[in-house]
Amino acid sequence: MTTDVLNDQDSHESEHHDDHKMTGIKRWLYTTNHKDIGTLYLWFSFIMFLIGGALAMVIRAELFQPGLQIVEPDFFNQLTTMHGLIMVFGAIMPAFVGFANWMIPMMIGAPDMALPRMNNWSFWILPFAFAILLSSFFLEGGAPNFGWTFYAPLSTTYSNGSTAFFVFAIHIMGASSIMGAINIVVTIMNMRAPGMTYMKMPLFVWTFFITAYLLIAVMPILAGVVTMLLTDTYFGTSFFDAAGGGDPVLFQHIFWFFGHPEVYIMILPAFGIVSTIIPAFSRKPLFGYSSMVYATSSIALLSFIVWAHHMFTTGMPLFGELFFMYCTMLIAVPTGVKVFNWVATMWRGSLTFETPMMFSIAFVILFTIGGFSGLMLALTPVDFQYHDTYFVVAHFHYVLVTGSLFSIFAGAYYWLPKWTGHMYNETLGKWHFWCSLISVNLLFFPMHFLGLAGMPRRIPDYALQFADFNKWVSIGGFAFGLSQLIFLVVVIKCIRGGEKAPAKPWDGAEGLEWTVASPAPYHTFSTPPKID
Amino acid sequence: MSNSPEHDSEPEDQQTAVDSSRTKNNRVVKKLLLIVFGMFGFGFALVPLYDVFCDITGLNGKTNGVSVAYAADGIDTSRTITVQFITRTAKGIPWQFEPVVNEVKVHPGEVKFVKFYAKNESSRDIVGQAVPSVSPGIAAGYFQKIECFCFTQQPLKANEDVEMGLQFYIDLELPPEVTTLTLSYTLYDITDSVDSSS
Ligand code: HEM
Ligand SMILES: [Cu+2]
Repeated sequence: MTTDVLNDQDSHESEHHDDHKMTGIKRWLYTTNHKDIGTLYLWFSFIMFLIGGALAMVIRAELFQPGLQIVEPDFFNQLTTMHGLIMVFGAIMPAFVGFANWMIPMMIGAPDMALPRMNNWSFWILPFAFAILLSSFFLEGGAPNFGWTFYAPLSTTYSNGSTAFFVFAIHIMGASSIMGAINIVVTIMNMRAPGMTYMKMPLFVWTFFITAYLLIAVMPILAGVVTMLLTDTYFGTSFFDAAGGGDPVLFQHIFWFFGHPEVYIMILPAFGIVSTIIPAFSRKPLFGYSSMVYATSSIALLSFIVWAHHMFTTGMPLFGELFFMYCTMLIAVPTGVKVFNWVATMWRGSLTFETPMMFSIAFVILFTIGGFSGLMLALTPVDFQYHDTYFVVAHFHYVLVTGSLFSIFAGAYYWLPKWTGHMYNETLGKWHFWCSLISVNLLFFPMHFLGLAGMPRRIPDYALQFADFNKWVSIGGFAFGLSQLIFLVVVIKCIRGGEKAPAKPWDGAEGLEWTVASPAPYHTFSTPPKID
Repeated sequence: MSNSPEHDSEPEDQQTAVDSSRTKNNRVVKKLLLIVFGMFGFGFALVPLYDVFCDITGLNGKTNGVSVAYAADGIDTSRTITVQFITRTAKGIPWQFEPVVNEVKVHPGEVKFVKFYAKNESSRDIVGQAVPSVSPGIAAGYFQKIECFCFTQQPLKANEDVEMGLQFYIDLELPPEVTTLTLSYTLYDITDSVDSSS
């Protein structure tokens, strides 16, 4: 019965187009149109990005100089926790779902997502999840302060009372992600235009297909682990409580069994986006399409057997340390294949450097730096030194900010003409790119040195010898934050007006989305295109 | 779920096309939901799996939870193992808790008896529970407790104190690279859970 409800799309799909008649807020509340929902996801993600960014600005202001200036240590912990949670679950993941909604139906020649009603639900529960999470700032005791990784017993025995809010919010976000992922899988399996075999799908679609499977596999694990946390905190179970026979290290195993695939959930779609953009601006087809498909799949499979590289210092037996070290390093192989293919795609292409291409090239270089620091962290003996220092912070910001986020910017610039019908302002786009590129490196590169020198992460104060680097890092942070306002201006200007975009504004671009007008009509591919 | 009236006026073949895509979608959704519930269950299954795994490997330093009988084949005097004792009180339990001797030297196979001292320093009755853990983890499976206060709860009246015993031996098969073992006890206040269950 539930599935039937979700399926009841077709009344909207036929010639009746009644959703056009709705105006104002109702159009957005009741919409089942994949383009509307994509837009909602993207705006939601951008708002979350600004909120999470604002928290980070306070963190960097506190760390601008040694000593405690602006915030109390406990509030500092709330800031780092909420920054992480909001960026991971509120900014990066919803942005990718937004891309999936907008682009997948158009790329595979489908009229909409397979389950439009469910699509509406999976978006509209998200604002509630984050309202709950953010409202905990105003509770007595404050917001979650146990890190985005919410290790027990910090989040159970020593919780400041925010655990219930936190768990409830995570449950809703998880439900949203699972519904979104189911929708993506069903759409890709059942709604491809006739003739589009799996190996003819754009790589973008492939990466989302695989990511959706990862989500379906691990979001339930997250739901399970927060449920255990909830019962441990409030109902007297002791999954993670040694006094009752439980084990806090078990928490880390379950969490990272979810957590490592989760980091790939945040990077595989990015691979899909840059694999679309680099060929377009190199005017060459993607080098090694099928090897890309296999590399993505093997990364996804391997991601299930490397989780304990986050736990090298918990006292695993030697065999475990070695096993997880080698498996982790194995992931570098398919990742290397990808980087090789991107470079090979650009090799001897006729390159032009519009903003989407600039972000994509920066992605390839800077993501690779993040991969290298990941490899260093994967070496068990040295991880004992690097673990829980700023080196880890540098690593995951290189892969997530200059990786995932840069790919989101690249994709947004690339498809803005299709979404809005106008060209964005290239000069401002370039300003956004260069300001972001310079400031992001000023922000994150010195963190490597801070970490190697021993500065611990998640601490509001630090020893004097770290002062100079932290000052530069903070300046980079403020500059990066401000640079993002340029992006906001670009997007708003592009929606409001600007040069009219042709159906295919990029001469090297490939794909069905460029065969429809710009802006993409409300309903596309009501009759499927023929692929040969 | 009722179909919207428009459907009924649609041509026959379009209606069947819609129906077949709907059953196709439902089939996939059902399979995916099966994965979702399966993985949710798997998350919980990890709890007993982890216990079994740790039992076999000693991964989490847990020692035997119930008493074992002495079963060593003599004493290996060629090896001497240092066994260190450390204690910790968890947050919120106002007890003094410490080993009477901080370390002993034993040969594998030799039975030793040591004592721990505990005193309830508060003015209320408290039930404590000590949880042992052995480091390095690989040695945990070779540390055999014949008798231990940690097998039972320790109720102490206000200001009462007690000496509690631990009798153990070390298995002859203890891996040769292990020369020192640390046995750590953490003491928890379990008064509330004892009260609510009785
Ligand atoms: C070549 C690929 C990669 C390798 C070898 C790798 C390795 C590692 C290792 C060993 C750690 C644990 C460090 C420690 O806590 O001591 C780590 C942390 C982390 N990695 Fe990666 N990583 C890779 C790629 C990625 C990607 C693509 C992402 C996300 C897009 C990512 C996100 C993270 C995050 C978020 C953490 C920190 C988690 C935390 O403790 O808060 N990594 N990585
Ligand atoms: Cu990982």
